[in-house]
Amino acid sequence: MKVAKGLHYTKEHEWVKVDGDTVFVGISDFAQHHLGDIVYVELPEVGDEFEKEEAFAAVESVKAASDIYLPVGGKIVEINEELMDDPALLNIDAFENWLVKIEMADKAELEELMTSEDYEKFLAEEE
Amino acid sequence: MHPYLPATPEDIKEMLESIGLESLDQLFDDIPKDVYFNRELDMPKAKSELEVTTYLKGLANKNCSLSNLTSFLGAGAYDHYIPSIVDHIISRSEFYTSYTPYQPEISQGTLQYIFEFQTLIANLTGMDAANASLYDGGTAIVEAALMASAYSKKDEIIISKSVKPDARRILHTYAHAQNLKVIEVDIKDGATDIEALKGLVTDDTAAVIVQSPNFFGIIEDLKALGEVAHKGKKTTFVASVDPISLGILKKPGDLGVDVVVGEGQAMGMTLSFGGPYLGFMAVNKAYIRKIPGRIVGQTEDLDGKRSFVLTLTAREQHIRREKATSNICSNQGLNALAATVYMVTLGKEGLREVAEQSAKKAHYAFEQMTKSGKYKPLFNKPFFKEFAVTSDVDSAKLNDELRKVDILGGYDLGKSYPQFEGGVLYAVTEKRTKEEIDKLTSVMEGI
Repeated sequence: MKVAKGLHYTKEHEWVKVDGDTVFVGISDFAQHHLGDIVYVELPEVGDEFEKEEAFAAVESVKAASDIYLPVGGKIVEINEELMDDPALLNIDAFENWLVKIEMADKAELEELMTSEDYEKFLAEEE
Repeated sequence: MHPYLPATPEDIKEMLESIGLESLDQLFDDIPKDVYFNRELDMPKAKSELEVTTYLKGLANKNCSLSNLTSFLGAGAYDHYIPSIVDHIISRSEFYTSYTPYQPEISQGTLQYIFEFQTLIANLTGMDAANASLYDGGTAIVEAALMASAYSKKDEIIISKSVKPDARRILHTYAHAQNLKVIEVDIKDGATDIEALKGLVTDDTAAVIVQSPNFFGIIEDLKALGEVAHKGKKTTFVASVDPISLGILKKPGDLGVDVVVGEGQAMGMTLSFGGPYLGFMAVNKAYIRKIPGRIVGQTEDLDGKRSFVLTLTAREQHIRREKATSNICSNQGLNALAATVYMVTLGKEGLREVAEQSAKKAHYAFEQMTKSGKYKPLFNKPFFKEFAVTSDVDSAKLNDELRKVDILGGYDLGKSYPQFEGGVLYAVTEKRTKEEIDKLTSVMEGI
């Protein structure tokens, strides 16, 4: 299972990538693999605000429908509209295809997340 | 053996013995003696089967049915002709006894007719998709309101006072429990007051709900109302329609309606003292992931054969219950089948003819009724198969007179609209003849 370096991870298999003042949020390769063929992605609207660990999106595959939780609180500044038309992009590359870009409310929340090394260890224990 | 109770005294004795009791009374030992009902029940002695049948027949004969009455009563439920094939098909035990498919893919026959029902409703309304039916026209309006609220994440619903009063009451009941705020928009000359609506639609509006033909039979200007509704941010424009009217009126899908709902009783269902009826809902593409209830889809099985499945089930309660738009699960299967058989039996031409004849006969009745000036039109707007007139004649007395000649008179508008006291709503379907209409108007003139 691929784990991209330099990102922050959650136990729910979401990732966060810092990009200046904003962050990208997506689901990990592990998540897409276990969901199977993804057929629909429901994204929030630009301007919506969420608390950390609040459900902000949903991903539906041929075998499950899962809520996606926001690893860090903040305001949605951009959504990946390509995913609405082609949800299978998440199966092709879950790290390249982010879900939303957000403006963080509190940058300190990043420190509560796992590093890529921690996440690899976490996955090894999960298996 | 007792004629109605299958357990004999021997059976009862045997059952008591096997659980170690002496008498039936011991079964109730846990109930405190002071709350016992300490007298004989005030019930007549048991009757024979023949006596019971005679008694019940006597009660049933007190009911009035359309088998011996000529109806000009509508107000949401209509006496349209039901081709005999409808009853023949829905009475087949394969259809008659089957419940909503819980193991859907083995019920291919049920899924196929539901798929065909959805297709027919979507085509009739000019929308992208339809669900597998709802309880009735009133709850269909509620489901549309709930869906609009989930879609826009807002809780303000605007509904026209020209929508059927019962349906508005149902909406108020649900809204109370769902924390929706319902605002009723006034009417002007029997139709939704568009200027008043303009003043009410804001970015907080989740839905604008209208009915066309409306409760008074008047054809609303859906296009103009939709334009006002869409001034709100993510506001859903909902129209409740009479499916029969779509035989001659423009499809709501071509008039900017986002969600079309309605009462399906007119399509092959008897009046049955008020139910069970059939609700339907059709939506444009943006709402497919939010539409409540079942949706059947067509696909191919492993051998490439045409087959049917329940689809988009993630909307529903059994996967993410707390996120479902609605927890409605049962569909009115048998009534949806009746509507399906009705629609395919009539076809486009047949439905147009039913609609045209109803409209023409209603207009003939309107002209006859208003000719002498004793009864005046209550409104001055185009109508379909139903219209309102007003007069000094006491409407209850008029209906009593009509009943003496086996005519079921119109709906007294004063019951739900105090401002229209003296107004009566008449419905005329394709079943009514010139003789029947003339008889109605002559009694009305003579009173």
